[in-house]
Amino acid sequence: MKKTAFISAAAAAVMAIGATAANAATLEDVRKNGELRCVVSTGLAGFAYTDSAGVYQGFDADFCRATAAAVLGDPSKVKFVPATGKTRFTILNSGEGDVLWRNTTWTFVRDVDVKLTFVGVNYYDGQGFMVPKSLGVKSAKDLDGATVCIQTGTTTELNLADFFRTNKIKYEPVPIETNDESRTNYLAGRCDVYTTDASGLAATRSTFPTPKDHVILPEIISKEPLGPAVRQGDDAWADTVRWVLNATLAAEELGITKANVAELAKGTNNPEINRMLGTEGDLGAMLGLEKDWVVKVISAVGNYGEIFDRHIGPSTDIALERGLNALWTNGGLQYTPPFR
Amino acid sequence: MSEVAQTYPPGQHPDMPPPAGQRGLMLWLRTNLFSSWVNTLMTVVAVYLLYKIVPPILDWAVLDAVMNAANRNECREIAQGACWAFIKDRFSILVYGFYPSDERWRVNMAFILLCLALVPVLFDNVPFRKPGMIFSAAYPFIAGWLLLGGLGLTPVGTDEFGGMMLNTVVGVTGIAFSLPLGILLALGRQSHLPIVKSCSVCFIEFIRGVPLITLLFVASTMLNYFLPPGTTFDLLLRVLIMVTLFASGYIAEVVRGGLQAIPKGQYEAADSMGLKYWQSMRLIVLPQALKISIPGIVNTFIGLFKDTTLVLIIGLLDVLGIGKSSLADAQWNGLSNEIYVSIAIFFFIACFGMSRYSIYLENKLDKGYKR
Repeated sequence: MKKTAFISAAAAAVMAIGATAANAATLEDVRKNGELRCVVSTGLAGFAYTDSAGVYQGFDADFCRATAAAVLGDPSKVKFVPATGKTRFTILNSGEGDVLWRNTTWTFVRDVDVKLTFVGVNYYDGQGFMVPKSLGVKSAKDLDGATVCIQTGTTTELNLADFFRTNKIKYEPVPIETNDESRTNYLAGRCDVYTTDASGLAATRSTFPTPKDHVILPEIISKEPLGPAVRQGDDAWADTVRWVLNATLAAEELGITKANVAELAKGTNNPEINRMLGTEGDLGAMLGLEKDWVVKVISAVGNYGEIFDRHIGPSTDIALERGLNALWTNGGLQYTPPFR
Repeated sequence: MSEVAQTYPPGQHPDMPPPAGQRGLMLWLRTNLFSSWVNTLMTVVAVYLLYKIVPPILDWAVLDAVMNAANRNECREIAQGACWAFIKDRFSILVYGFYPSDERWRVNMAFILLCLALVPVLFDNVPFRKPGMIFSAAYPFIAGWLLLGGLGLTPVGTDEFGGMMLNTVVGVTGIAFSLPLGILLALGRQSHLPIVKSCSVCFIEFIRGVPLITLLFVASTMLNYFLPPGTTFDLLLRVLIMVTLFASGYIAEVVRGGLQAIPKGQYEAADSMGLKYWQSMRLIVLPQALKISIPGIVNTFIGLFKDTTLVLIIGLLDVLGIGKSSLADAQWNGLSNEIYVSIAIFFFIACFGMSRYSIYLENKLDKGYKR
């Protein structure tokens, strides 16, 4: 134990020096390596998983591709670095990854103390509870004395403790490492309640033998803005990732889709579309990217709505509604600063 | 009563069959299953448990299983048992990981050659053993060339390794290199030279005092803090080094146990014959010490092979990692039993093979010692 403690102390000591060294000009490093090292989940339905050909698919994986398309001009030049909830920040901070698109909640501590820069929110989530219908529970406040399956190393673990403390009810946590483990444990009845982000609950419930026997309780006990993060200290790189996300949002707002982007890139009457797609002005060069970077992004993965519908939208097995993730013009929270 | 007892001259009476109940099946049942009331009770309980356990497993795995389906829902529509279609769909990435599909023959080739290279090392009564040994010694380089490419083959990055292939690469490398290193460390620990001895002791105690996960974690993320910026040092290579060092620490202690079991007279006899240190070790001490250590060594190897799944922690997708990430595919989500059972079978075959080989070797070597 002492040796382990020493190692972590040493790690912390060199963190500051190492981090700044690794931070210099990530964009150049990515160009030099010819690939973007993108940290993703080891497996989360709809967000990141491998298909039968061994290719990463999912909502987060597509944002990795979008970033690679913008930076390297080729969406296939991504090296996916799978990370568990515990290792994701170390991998990013040690320079083993360039950007983190891993359904990671943007919190104060992670932003300030873990030395990350969160550059936006690609999915607004919130923590919920799922219980078997047979339990007869109508509200999370009825859960006194319940056993709760909970993933360790996540914000959900901390939210849970807060929620039960403020409501002065007792619970017994069953610590779990992965989503799949919680599913198994919950179905086997080793815990009464399964809690994680509401999107995850819906995704998991869709795979149950009898989804109708389980209810998701109405309480959403936390704000979980999931978004991409980069190492602190390389603002230019943070800008790049931020505006890749913003470009997909703006594209949806302006009606630019995978299908029509090539047509629109020839020039339109809308100056904002022209600026984005590089036919007017030179926004790309300001980021150090090609003139047609947005064209590459949209033709690779489509706009935000298309990515959403393809992987987690109502037509998929995950079947999530847009909800908070609708554009601000449709009553949601997704809002991008203007391309100007 | 027409039967008249036939008489025989003394010593000529033919052997009579044992009385009924003392022969054949009855005897076997009596001695093995119902010899006492405790045994009888245990037999009854065991039969009951088998009756309770076997049919459902058979039902799930064979009778009610689905071999062909496009996704989980289709599987469930056909039958409620195991959905082996999932494993079929994922089989190639479970085995080869992300290795490019056009180049997978190289992995197969490397595996076949591995089996060939193992034969002369593991068995001593095979023809052409001498040239075979040369091939075995060259095998690591051949395998490295086949798997990594270069010199006429398309290069494949180690980040594309995955699945069972990754487990095998890490396991075999660890086993092959940790044994010699471990023996050296064990000898170093027994040595009279103070520097050699203290270095060995420090190394062994450090390795044994730190969990493998910590070492892997250091290898994957912390080395970057110490190396000058810009150096890239292949992740898989770092893992191989750490796994080898880790296993060698344990092997060293197992071998030391063997060395200490050799009577002092053997060392003295070797000295009195005028053998130098290395000669006496090679000819007298190590052959005996290693023979005693076989169960411990194989135990360490089996542990090492199973520990290869820990590479998941540092973002290498071994067979378990591929399984986990396949489970997150919405098309197949929730079929964890199928995937874990398949992975368990893979590990069982590998580990059981090692354990059988160790028993074979022990039987072969303990002529004259058997009790």
